[in-house]
Amino acid sequence: MQTFRADLHIHTVLSPCGDMDMTPRNIVQLAKQRGMNIIGISDHNSTLQANLIKQLGEQENILALCGAEVTTKEEVHCLCFFDKDEELSSFQRFINERLSNIPNNVDYFGYQVVVNENNEILDEIGVLLTAAINASIEEIEAKVHKLNGIFIPAHINKSQNSLLSQLGFLPKGLNVDALELSRHIKVEDFIATNAYLSKYSFIQSSDAHFPDDIGKVYTEFYMEEPTFNELRMALRKENGRSIVGHNA
Amino acid sequence: MNVATIAEKLFLKVFGGNEGLTNEVSGGYTSDLLSDVMGHANAGDVWITLQTHKNIAAIASLKEVAAVILVKGFEPDTDTLAQANEEGIPLLGTTDETFEITGKLYRLLNG
Repeated sequence: MQTFRADLHIHTVLSPCGDMDMTPRNIVQLAKQRGMNIIGISDHNSTLQANLIKQLGEQENILALCGAEVTTKEEVHCLCFFDKDEELSSFQRFINERLSNIPNNVDYFGYQVVVNENNEILDEIGVLLTAAINASIEEIEAKVHKLNGIFIPAHINKSQNSLLSQLGFLPKGLNVDALELSRHIKVEDFIATNAYLSKYSFIQSSDAHFPDDIGKVYTEFYMEEPTFNELRMALRKENGRSIVGHNA
Repeated sequence: MNVATIAEKLFLKVFGGNEGLTNEVSGGYTSDLLSDVMGHANAGDVWITLQTHKNIAAIASLKEVAAVILVKGFEPDTDTLAQANEEGIPLLGTTDETFEITGKLYRLLNG
């Protein structure tokens, strides 16, 4: 087994707050330059840019996890990743049925576009993707796991849009594969004040919205090879796989 | 003033936690961030929120608030109601928006 570097929280041009230079090609190139083996594509409430990045990543030997950073009804941000195309598209339908109808104000929030590999705009999303969808954190977690996915509440130590800010503590019975901390805290310092969470795996990621940030923060996974299933085993500390380091 | 009186005067629906309807009310707290409520609500407050997640029942119990009011006609999640019943925390509801019910409660407690 060996160590692989993963930055599992990256936004693209599709997120309103994502820089227009966060194109699929740029993301893959920069992730490669910075030594990432695995990246997570996590736009707000949309998976529509992920598959192209997965394809471009394959050419560069980078595994791109396809998913989204979903905003739950309680306004908790959660990373949701899927292995197979049909699971991803099924989750996209789940989101579509529950999106708010708040229109995006481009001047205020920014563009929400889907582009192809030549950076040509294929689609522009009209509703504001950062708004909460009409599903509870429990409903979303259940759907992700029904689709064989990975569910990780995002930056749980942040004072906005986090599991802890919105809900106070990890709800009993919520089945998380891992928890994400922002770059602003060391994992051991967080656990020292949140001992009840010490049994979980923690990841740290860049939450990149600009090219400069890609790969600045990453998590080191000890496992056989960079695949979706190996990564899930590492998150769940199964079969000798585990997380062995954080660079924040 | 106790919770039952407030529920009657403000026309609140009682979802559950009836055991606590005799709780004395000393004030109110309005917030939808459960971390904020954990830090700043006081025992004896009536807590006004739009969150319906089961963690509201746990935090209401932890902070010993007198009751919880859900706004805008929201209904508690099933497990939220179960926990409120178990803990004896009155879970109340109104069709009012947060601004209106907070104003009415303030006037009732300070009038």
